Amino acid sequence: MSAAMAAPMTEDRRLPLHRRRKRVNAVALSLSLAAMAFGLFWLIWILFETIWMGVSGLSLQLFTESTPAPNVEGGGLANAIVGSLLMVFAATAVGTPIGIFAGIYLAEYGQRGWLGAVTRFINDILLSAPSIVIGLFIYAVVVARVRSFSGYAGVLALALIVIPVVVRTTENMLRLIPTALREAAFALGAPKWIVIRSVTLRAAMAGVVTGVLLALARIAGETAPLLFTALSNQFFSWNLAEPMANLPVTIFKFAMSPFANWQELAWAGVFLITMGVLVLNILARVVFRRRN
Amino acid sequence: MEVTLRGGAAAGGAAAAAPAPSKVSVRNLNFYYGKFHALKNVNLEIAERKVTAFIGPSGCGKSTLLRVFNRMFELYPEQRAEGEVLMDGDNLIRSKQDVALIRAKVGMVFQKPTPFPMTIYENIAFGVRLFEKLSKAQMDERVERALRRAALWNEVKDKLGQAGTSLSGGQQQRLCIARSIAVRPDVILFDEPCSALDPISTAKIEELIDELKQDYTVAIVTHNMQQAARVSDYTAYMYLGELMEFGETDQIFIKPRRKETEDYITGRFG
Amino acid sequence: MGATLPAAETLPDSKTMSGDRPPPMRRFSPLGDLVFAGLARGAAILTLGLLVAIIVSLFIGAWPSIKVYGPTFLWTAEWDPVQERFGGLVMIYGTLATSSIALAIAVPVSFGIALFLTELSPRWLKRPLGTAIELLAAIPSIVYGMWGLLIFAPILATYVQQPLQRAFGSVPLLGALFSGPPVGIGILSAGIILAIMIIPFIAAVMRDVFEVTPALLKESAYGLGATTWEVVSKVVLPYTKTGVIGGIMLGLGRALGETMAVTFVIGNFNQLESLSLFEAANSITSALANEFAEAQTGIHQASLIYLGLVLFLITAIVLGFSKILLMRLERSEGGGRR
Repeated sequence: MSAAMAAPMTEDRRLPLHRRRKRVNAVALSLSLAAMAFGLFWLIWILFETIWMGVSGLSLQLFTESTPAPNVEGGGLANAIVGSLLMVFAATAVGTPIGIFAGIYLAEYGQRGWLGAVTRFINDILLSAPSIVIGLFIYAVVVARVRSFSGYAGVLALALIVIPVVVRTTENMLRLIPTALREAAFALGAPKWIVIRSVTLRAAMAGVVTGVLLALARIAGETAPLLFTALSNQFFSWNLAEPMANLPVTIFKFAMSPFANWQELAWAGVFLITMGVLVLNILARVVFRRRN
Repeated sequence: MEVTLRGGAAAGGAAAAAPAPSKVSVRNLNFYYGKFHALKNVNLEIAERKVTAFIGPSGCGKSTLLRVFNRMFELYPEQRAEGEVLMDGDNLIRSKQDVALIRAKVGMVFQKPTPFPMTIYENIAFGVRLFEKLSKAQMDERVERALRRAALWNEVKDKLGQAGTSLSGGQQQRLCIARSIAVRPDVILFDEPCSALDPISTAKIEELIDELKQDYTVAIVTHNMQQAARVSDYTAYMYLGELMEFGETDQIFIKPRRKETEDYITGRFG
Repeated sequence: MGATLPAAETLPDSKTMSGDRPPPMRRFSPLGDLVFAGLARGAAILTLGLLVAIIVSLFIGAWPSIKVYGPTFLWTAEWDPVQERFGGLVMIYGTLATSSIALAIAVPVSFGIALFLTELSPRWLKRPLGTAIELLAAIPSIVYGMWGLLIFAPILATYVQQPLQRAFGSVPLLGALFSGPPVGIGILSAGIILAIMIIPFIAAVMRDVFEVTPALLKESAYGLGATTWEVVSKVVLPYTKTGVIGGIMLGLGRALGETMAVTFVIGNFNQLESLSLFEAANSITSALANEFAEAQTGIHQASLIYLGLVLFLITAIVLGFSKILLMRLERSEGGGRR
């Protein structure tokens, strides 16, 4: 720090102050280390418990049998797994194009004028909106109208969560692309939509894909939006027009129940979701790093 | 049209040296960034199939001038140009022609190499595909010609399928030059093309520019005076948005007619 | 191709093709640009429309209850589905209290983590530790809920709540906070679990803004002889305060809207008998999660939607406020950092 100074430190008035500052510094830094350890502690504990309790419930029948009725032994999560996969992928398929186009608007068309600024503001609000409120919205607009819970409603609710995430990441990634690249394409005489499609979006693709993967990971674990839209289904079904079984709501139902096999299944389900989400996150990172 | 030598607003115009046909005529060009008057009443002639260099301190308007020629400023609403920029009888600023066609006739190479996120082959083909439908054989030929013309063919002919970004800086810049050539422009604009490159790549590009002028009209902006002296036939010295002096390169550097020009060239100010 | 090209790099004439007719011209119709721009614009308008649609539909759904109770709903603590008397104070209190506890714990911890990651951690450790914290954010909330109820709650009861109750139970004011059955559920538990959930969000934002502080700025401070703590607290933090506040608001928004992590441990009890942190309570989100699907009568459902509307407005206001604050701060400092 201040090793070489003109006046010797020993006779400096600053010395006692200096000692105190050093102590404050030491305390602050140890607290920060403690904070880091604190954070890691929870992560490790939660992951450990999830794996510990979940792995013991893993078996072939987990994937082959459907959820058991109350007081029935055994059973699996097949219908819930399939239902979740179906709805999550459908929601991503629906929400991604809308999100990408809106992101393109914000980055490439909306720099001036009110629509861009307002949309960005609104998007941030939607991004942080409580997911249960999104579920309520879809309930009011779809379920109440049609008078039935359905997988489609669940897909819509999840899609509404995907859209703001994809909008945000697409816009950010497009903004990172240097203007000179766009201008080089314009300089060749390309029309705007070709410049965006073939050059700007292409250059930002790694980041955009990462955003989509992260959105996917986010909705994979969402329970609240499905509570009053897709509800859940005891039986195996591919039919999205009916209530659709899904992992999160099933876990919710089973976890607080008194039945032992239900609790086991709930832990197994939690394990599956956590692993799926972690894998998606790591995949997103790898994609991002590779392409860059 | 002949190129006669004029200075900007305070014209002290002496008679020309050997006249050369003019490709682009700039008349009373004024340019504004919002309220800022960036180019003031510029008049000059760009000679056909010659290299015209623009020199001057930072902010003097040389890049701005270049970006008028291919209407690049149109992408930004606060920027506007008034006056005439005549090429083949048509005022580029007010032309009824589709701006895409103008940009195909006036190519541009930027300060930093800007390879598109595609293969080397695709980088070149991209511009061509905007305007022509070619068979695979025709496109192959076009790509090869462009790369040869840009002195890059021998270095990349075995790796046309690799990403444009996998090339070195100097090679990327030559790729950008090839890309501009592929759409068969009349004029090529270079905006400080070597500022991001090492001396060896710079030398290669200067050599290239010297060959390119056999077929294209070249305008180059550079802050490196020695480069201007090496590479160009005509030089324009600009200062604070005005064209101070314009003439044959030899004359400008050996016997400039205006004191301002002489001060800049001898390094009396940056 | 081959025969006409000489071996040298340059060609005598590059402008004419080797002896064939000019190739057919293609022009992109202006339609491409119009359609594409239209799609982009449409998507943006859709986003806008969504927000309006959400507010409107919630309002319509809640109308039967709004009509009856009006704003008194917000401070009435009664919730009786049988007698059809509803008031949202219990849930609103629960939501605000759990979020406050969560923030109180999460902000200093996140700051500590961000400080560690940017100033203390050895270089090779930065990325893995940063990733680990981000993974904490990725864990779905239902996992937190289940773990919270089945694993954390009993431990909290034995090692934290019971000792606290023994220590402070008889202290006049403080004791009220720690009264009630120490079984590991209630506002305190929910608050702690929420804190763990939002730490990664706030920490990630803080770390990001700390990292983009110009090195020159920090070096100037170090050069004067400041300690690490002083550099961070007196130079980096003020420089990044816009981003930091944004991050905190983000965490708060998350905490307010979180359902599963809270529902499992808050106890789902619709009375507010004391200020105890250990008593079972309820939050808006858990009330919705538990009761909505079975809500029978129109007014019960409408009251629940009323709660949902209140929650949405709270989060929207918190977020809107923070964005406006950020914009003001950025403008006054002449240019943003994020």
